[in-house]
Amino acid sequence: MNGLVLLALLLLPLLGGLVVAFLRGNDRAAKLTALGFALAELVLAAVAWAGFTPGGDRIQLAFGVDWIPAFGVRFALGVDGIALVMIALIAVLVPIVIGASWEEKLPEGRTVAGFFSLLLVMQTFMIGVFAATDVFLFYVFFEAMLVPAYFLIGRFGGPRRQYAAVKFFLYSLFGGLVMLASVIGVYVVASGKLGKGTFDWATLVSIAKDIPQSTQIWLFLGFLIAFAIKAPLVPLHTWLPDAGGEAPVGVGVLLVGVLDKVGTFGFLRYGLSMFPDASRILAPWVLTLAVIGVIYGAILAAGQTDMKRFVTYTSIAHFGFIALGIFAFSTQSISGAVLYMVNHGLSTGMLFLVVGMVMARGGSRLFSDYGGMAKLTPVLGGMFFIAGLSSLALPGTNSFVSEFLVLIGSFPREPVFTIIATVGMVLAALYVLWAYQRVMQGPVRGNALVGLAGGPGSAVDPASETAKTKVADLSKRELAVLTPLVVLIIALGVYPKPVLDVINPSVTATMTEAGQQDLVKEGK
Amino acid sequence: MVPVLIILGAACVSVLFEALLPRHLRWSVQVFLSLFSIAAAGAVLVTKGLGEAGTGVLPMAKALAVDYPTLFLWGTLLALGFGSILLIADRSVERGGYFVAHAAIRPGTIQDRAQAATTGMQTEVFPLALFALGGMMTFVAANDLLTMFIALEVLSLPLYLLCALARRRRLISQEAAVKYFLLGAFASAFFLYGLALLYGYAGSVNLAAIANAAAGNERSDTLLYAGVGLLVVGLLFKAAVGPFHTWSPDVYQGAPTPVTAFMAACTKVAAFGAILRVFQVALKSSSWEWQYVLWAVAIVSMVIGAVLGLTQSDIKRMIAYSSVAHAGFLLVGSIALTPQGLSGTMFYLLAYGFTTLAVFGVISLVRDSHGEATDISQWAGLAKRSPLVAAVFTFLLLALAGIPLTSGFIGKFVVFAAAIEDGAAPLVVVGLVTSAIAAFFYLRIIVLMYFQEPAEDGPTVTVPGAFTVMAITLGVTVTLLLGVVPQFALDWADLGVFAF
Repeated sequence: MNGLVLLALLLLPLLGGLVVAFLRGNDRAAKLTALGFALAELVLAAVAWAGFTPGGDRIQLAFGVDWIPAFGVRFALGVDGIALVMIALIAVLVPIVIGASWEEKLPEGRTVAGFFSLLLVMQTFMIGVFAATDVFLFYVFFEAMLVPAYFLIGRFGGPRRQYAAVKFFLYSLFGGLVMLASVIGVYVVASGKLGKGTFDWATLVSIAKDIPQSTQIWLFLGFLIAFAIKAPLVPLHTWLPDAGGEAPVGVGVLLVGVLDKVGTFGFLRYGLSMFPDASRILAPWVLTLAVIGVIYGAILAAGQTDMKRFVTYTSIAHFGFIALGIFAFSTQSISGAVLYMVNHGLSTGMLFLVVGMVMARGGSRLFSDYGGMAKLTPVLGGMFFIAGLSSLALPGTNSFVSEFLVLIGSFPREPVFTIIATVGMVLAALYVLWAYQRVMQGPVRGNALVGLAGGPGSAVDPASETAKTKVADLSKRELAVLTPLVVLIIALGVYPKPVLDVINPSVTATMTEAGQQDLVKEGK
Repeated sequence: MVPVLIILGAACVSVLFEALLPRHLRWSVQVFLSLFSIAAAGAVLVTKGLGEAGTGVLPMAKALAVDYPTLFLWGTLLALGFGSILLIADRSVERGGYFVAHAAIRPGTIQDRAQAATTGMQTEVFPLALFALGGMMTFVAANDLLTMFIALEVLSLPLYLLCALARRRRLISQEAAVKYFLLGAFASAFFLYGLALLYGYAGSVNLAAIANAAAGNERSDTLLYAGVGLLVVGLLFKAAVGPFHTWSPDVYQGAPTPVTAFMAACTKVAAFGAILRVFQVALKSSSWEWQYVLWAVAIVSMVIGAVLGLTQSDIKRMIAYSSVAHAGFLLVGSIALTPQGLSGTMFYLLAYGFTTLAVFGVISLVRDSHGEATDISQWAGLAKRSPLVAAVFTFLLLALAGIPLTSGFIGKFVVFAAAIEDGAAPLVVVGLVTSAIAAFFYLRIIVLMYFQEPAEDGPTVTVPGAFTVMAITLGVTVTLLLGVVPQFALDWADLGVFAF
């Protein structure tokens, strides 16, 4: 019966999306219904979490029916610890995103119902990607996810939304189609080994070791390209700053917080486990790209003039850390990477939201239009600071735990890459603090705050630094949106054990499937 | 056997009606006769077909082969033909129907302007369509090359005529017909010459006999190579596989939209049905000699379709190039000489046919004062004016692009799976990369419809009549069903292989 929880988790947002779509005339009802469904989903996720036994079977809450028997395709759902925490992250973020988008100014002619409906539909597909245990089904969700995301960016985003949406779609579709070749290849290889083709993930893992290395490398490359685009790894990252920059704030949160994690999740579930030899052989390449991403993302983040693009570039740096942890092949580093995936969703998500709130007040996306804002909005300034500290992994915040685990786990295996990546930590402190300083510290200044950038913020007298302005501090709604994130950021920073308990057994299992010895435990 | 006879018989009756009935009765009687005969043929196919086929029978002195693939293709042709007739018969979208009242009147003359005001339509389109459909059904069942050639002519000649009958834009319509006719005649000649050479090589026009001759024969292979080459060119021309596609953009654009739908959906099925049979029966034993040439053709077709599709500004031409790319994908499946290749390609034909039918159904609805608004820029902001039509068209475009949960995705999957299994992985990679390129021009239309503001004097969406609604609904429903629960159709496609 446990499997039905997962099925319900998958279908509830879809149902919600359909219901909301019919509330076109009534914006308030649409918002409340969407929020209601998202909160119900959160409760369901809690039920699923409670029903999950850490250290139990590899895949739990399994549910499966035949879908296309001709190709051995099953509609098979199930979660391991890694997928569970990601689904929990989605369930936490979506209500927050809905709350944050409550007063989102949509472009002319777009309906509120359409926006929230697409948001919920996207939630279904995102959960599906993490819950699928059939490679074909995974692929279907992987591609289907693009459609609502495409419309969310292209219909509701900023001025260059069309360009960003098309770029996002084409990049992802290209990766997906290359992956399709590998998905079919896996099927054909499996039918050669077993006499009957299958897409069942567990079966494929069990025959993975018998696949010749050269075949593995070709098949893995297809998956690798798709995941590297999704993750995104340098040099396949260029869609993210555009998409994240143009997307509405809420969608941006989901984009960098969840959607991109599909790539790193794919590395773990479909890379390491299904192609152990190939991932070992190709690891140096991925590690190189990962470390380049850490440094490159950090430098570009520091150089950004646009706040939303700034957040996406910090993401690219963080994803480098996650990829480093995964391909360093130690229990600690992979656990750290998975925890990083969760923490990044929380802290970068929060950073994105805070930036959105700053922009909602100033009406500009440029750093140079702001300054000294903390004097006007001390609470918002504090929230910006917390999000920033979490993003730069200050001890006591959630990201510190994961970053520490990644680095300490990677060092014994990949000392060179790890040392270079450590530079990224220093740079992170630089770009976060600099961003904070530019927006919040110093005298009140900048076009946005004196009302010249189209936002509501306006000073009576632009010449006077202490002018009375109408820039208001956080509303109750905004506080309600940010508070859960602050609580989670600090709670997971101080006491990450509940999440690590869920993650660790799955990581150990992944290590075994990948045929990797844990150097750290052996004390080498 | 019976379904073909019903269709061809109905076509003959239809000609008599055309000659004997008073003008005011013709339209309704012809529509009824066409739809009824197709439905009857379908009913016979369903009730008696499977028993008749078994492992395959060769009626008419082995001129035809009625086996499971034939039945599948017949069923597909009949269903698509039914939908096409619905579009052809519609008189509410274009007042008085899509077809000219008197085709013989030259465009641009005073008489032509006078007839533009009348509402009658040329009812000869119904017998012509039925003959074409009967020819297509014979084409896919032909067991020897001579029968195939005759069927080719029976299916082609009515299509040439149908192209020329558009009520609006008479000149471009006639031009398309002439172009189609000239190039089609050329292709027929290629086919016929290839046939003659193969007859010289094997001493028979029977497909199985040619296969036997090619398998163990001391004679010079020059005749075989030349014959196969010419024959295949003729077939690839009909299927609009690049680089033999040059007629298709002009003809797609010029023909009346229901005829374009008929041509795009049914001709593709017929041509690939025949290609599959020729490859799998006659040429299988010599496959190593021609397979890599066809690899090149398939790659060229996919690349031409995807790249040139990007540059089009007319939506019908764009769909034509899209169909060239799809022909390339179909060829990838056809080259895999396995049962999977056969069933995958047939499934793809089914899926693609219905999607295309609905696509042209929707295209016929978007109109301005000059008729259909086929320039892509005119579609801007359509979602605001007609959200339903825009949503339907978006779904169909996603199907053409091969996004999951549509039939297009499953179709691509089965075709490419067969190809990889047959060792054609590089071909599949090219196919997937070109799919990604082609996705751009489908997206372009979605961008226009959804993300841009409508122009002041932009086109409007005509409220379609019942016939068009039925045709579009049919196409969209099948596209969705085959994308979500494709198993039943995969089973049909996989029932058996060619008998010979």
